[in-house]
Amino acid sequence: MWWKRTSDSRYPKPLAGDWFVIVTSCLMVLMLLNSLWSHQPANRLEVRQGDQIVGVYDLNQVRSLSFRGPLGISEVVIQQGKARFKHSPCSNQYCVHQGWLSKAGQLSICLPNHISLELLGAQKPYDSLNY
Amino acid sequence: MGHKSRMTRSTISIKTTQEDHRIAKLTALAIGLHVLEAIFPSPLPGVKPGIANIVTLFVLLEFDFATAAWVSLLRVFASSLLLGHFLSPTFVLSLSGTIASLMVLWLAQYLPKKHFSAISISVLAAFGHIAGQLSVVRLWLIPQAGVAYLIPIFALAALFFGCMNGLIVARLLRDQQ
Repeated sequence: MWWKRTSDSRYPKPLAGDWFVIVTSCLMVLMLLNSLWSHQPANRLEVRQGDQIVGVYDLNQVRSLSFRGPLGISEVVIQQGKARFKHSPCSNQYCVHQGWLSKAGQLSICLPNHISLELLGAQKPYDSLNY
Repeated sequence: MGHKSRMTRSTISIKTTQEDHRIAKLTALAIGLHVLEAIFPSPLPGVKPGIANIVTLFVLLEFDFATAAWVSLLRVFASSLLLGHFLSPTFVLSLSGTIASLMVLWLAQYLPKKHFSAISISVLAAFGHIAGQLSVVRLWLIPQAGVAYLIPIFALAALFFGCMNGLIVARLLRDQQ
């Protein structure tokens, strides 16, 4: 390993400033991990149609919802803390295959039918980063 | 730059400077590395070592910023033509990352060389690269807040590959002397 070879150093050693950059970057990555990947449980489902929020629903229920997009009706189900696309008129069915969403911040987008689901937790952890 | 060369024998000769030849040679090397890297599969689109940036960084430190900018921009255009990505989202991502990292490089070249080696510059440029790419992804390709989930993965990859490429450049520069 290059960092153990002291006498016969093949790679130049990082300088003081390099260590500063590396350590600062490591801390930044850890902070990003901590703030963006905090898997807090979700409690609400937000549904968007295009760029408009068409509804926010409580996740603690069993409910079927229908939304009309440009291609037709997308069916969404909520089942005690999780939600998913059940049926979609789109051709590739990526949204349906994505399956259940259960954690805050998870989302499923049906691009062809302009409908997206996003799970919300107590607060959106990355709001400040994405204005 | 800006001269056309022809494969067939021509009576019109175009004057090229020493500088043009240097840029062409270094760009060819960068294109080679870029295309070589494209052969290998990636776990997540966009997470790549970016070994072509070794050339950019070496050129920046061995020559100057203008040469580095020429080499890296020409490399993006030529590689995308070779790989068939020209004007596709892949190309736009490649170009946005390169422009962002060039802006970082422009600032980073003024870091005192006594304390900051190629490693620092490489790590900073790698972060600039993903910042440029993710901005384009967020604003244009996937305009959803969920893109934020990818940031830690890309940041970690940038840190790791930035260090590796920086070490290689630092060694190349030392061996050059």
